[in-house]
Amino acid sequence: MQNASLKQLSAALAAKQISSVELTRLFLDRIKALNGDLNAFITVDEGFSLAQAKAADARLAAGTADPLTGIPIAHKDIFVTRGMRTTCASKMLENYVSPYDAHVIEQFSAAGTVTLGKTNMDEFAMGSSNETSYFGKVKNPWAREAVPGGSSGGAAASLAARMAPAATGTDTGGSIRQPAALCGVSGLKPTYGTVSRFGMIAFASSLDQGGPMAKSAEDLGLLLNVMTGFDPRDSTSLERDKEDYTRDLDRPLQGLRIGLPKEHFGEGLGADVAKAIEAALTEFKKLGAIIVDISLPNGRLSVPAYYVIAPAEASSNLSRFDGVRYGHRAPEYGDLMDMYKKSRAQGFGAEVKRRILIGTYVLSHGYYDAYYLKAQKLRRLIAQDFKAAFEQCDLILGPTSPSVAFDIGAKAADPVQMYLNDIYTIAANLAGLPAMSIPCGFGNHGRPVGLHIVGNYFTEARMLGAAHQYQQATDWHTHQPQGI
Amino acid sequence: MSIELKDVNHIANLARIDISPAEAQAALAQLTNIFALIEEMQTVDTTGVEPMSHGIEVNQRLREDRVTETDQREANQASAPQVEAGLYLVPKVIE
Repeated sequence: MQNASLKQLSAALAAKQISSVELTRLFLDRIKALNGDLNAFITVDEGFSLAQAKAADARLAAGTADPLTGIPIAHKDIFVTRGMRTTCASKMLENYVSPYDAHVIEQFSAAGTVTLGKTNMDEFAMGSSNETSYFGKVKNPWAREAVPGGSSGGAAASLAARMAPAATGTDTGGSIRQPAALCGVSGLKPTYGTVSRFGMIAFASSLDQGGPMAKSAEDLGLLLNVMTGFDPRDSTSLERDKEDYTRDLDRPLQGLRIGLPKEHFGEGLGADVAKAIEAALTEFKKLGAIIVDISLPNGRLSVPAYYVIAPAEASSNLSRFDGVRYGHRAPEYGDLMDMYKKSRAQGFGAEVKRRILIGTYVLSHGYYDAYYLKAQKLRRLIAQDFKAAFEQCDLILGPTSPSVAFDIGAKAADPVQMYLNDIYTIAANLAGLPAMSIPCGFGNHGRPVGLHIVGNYFTEARMLGAAHQYQQATDWHTHQPQGI
Repeated sequence: MSIELKDVNHIANLARIDISPAEAQAALAQLTNIFALIEEMQTVDTTGVEPMSHGIEVNQRLREDRVTETDQREANQASAPQVEAGLYLVPKVIE
């Protein structure tokens, strides 16, 4: 049952082969058995989850169920949940209980899904390895000595270890796709504005986007159907009609034009990753796709531009944590200024402070034009590269990450090396484009490799269709770690 | 463009983060490396390029000016470090 697709689980629930309470129990038991080792969840509340499962069973019995009613889902601990604490993996919010639900949580509640728990992540989603969490590192189920990626590393690890059948994540520079790649699961960051940011604790508002993580593209489509939708409480939420993201799953790939950016296959890409990506491309060709060579010349500037824009926005967003309205307050302080400074120094971890300092610097008097404005101009050039590329191709494929999962501690002391991990993923956030990662084989030490798929704005259904066709022809997405 | 220790202390103050001399020294080394990465931006000529603040160009929506939120004070203050009689308590700021 733990390996079943969402469609299979939905059918089993509808046919009364299993109840939501039984299914939820099954995954709660797996969490109990595995979480001590993997640390994928920060908060689990069995009573809370089982009460929701009972309600879902009532709905199933009454015949008012939606496609995902009764299915347990692990939510990243960045989505605020009423009745279950939301920490954002920070000491700052260690005991925070939100008085409201995030829009994403509301959508899943309306669909009758069960909240299985809150998954671990890098503190305030700042990191690519899950090493910055106040609640401890997450281990990669494929190799306990390796990182799961980040920031949605708990979500990715929970899927790989079959502790959850589906999960939510957020992606500011690759935080859904990179951990999906490193843990051998599938994840999608939709077009900016598709999923409401209401109740999703803000990191860099012009880049943050929630999205689904799961075992397959088909599952991602079903989850995306629930997560998306206009929300007036997010000023960047797009007013678009609801669409069925599974509509292109069976569409053949004959004639699909796949663009290969030459910049993503050059220096810095591991040979083991390159080999797996080449094999995936051969498969796509077999399925009828046509390969087109393209160029994204300004892509190399996405990392520097991102490390100006994201910290700048983060330094503004995180100014709300002042020890007054919520969050950590220092136990001892003098005046008001001292209270702010001590509360923030104690509540934030090292990486979060580093980014606040960068952001404060680039926005400070005299440096705004040289850094922030310059980065925004590069952002336009990066977006224009994609615009030109999509005149030649339908989808852009390449590696999600330059290497397979690296060992815990290997990059923790060198922020720049850590940042360069997101070299292939960041540009999609800057441009606001949808992008996803699916498993496509294994590299060094038998660790998973992720295939990166970037689409034009609002082409999620087409991307999921291409991924699904690939997953029908291959079985990489069904592999699971040993001993799980 | 190089950062000095006094810059680190200055921005930490602006960011309202207490920083010890040892932390400031460590931050200086790391920020220097990060800004070396960021400096790559200056290698591209962006004359005449319009800055882009969002991936998707959206206009701010307007709504009618009417009360849509009900009073949630108790729920909102439940997570506050220190409240009394519905007020947030902070150290005295006016003598």
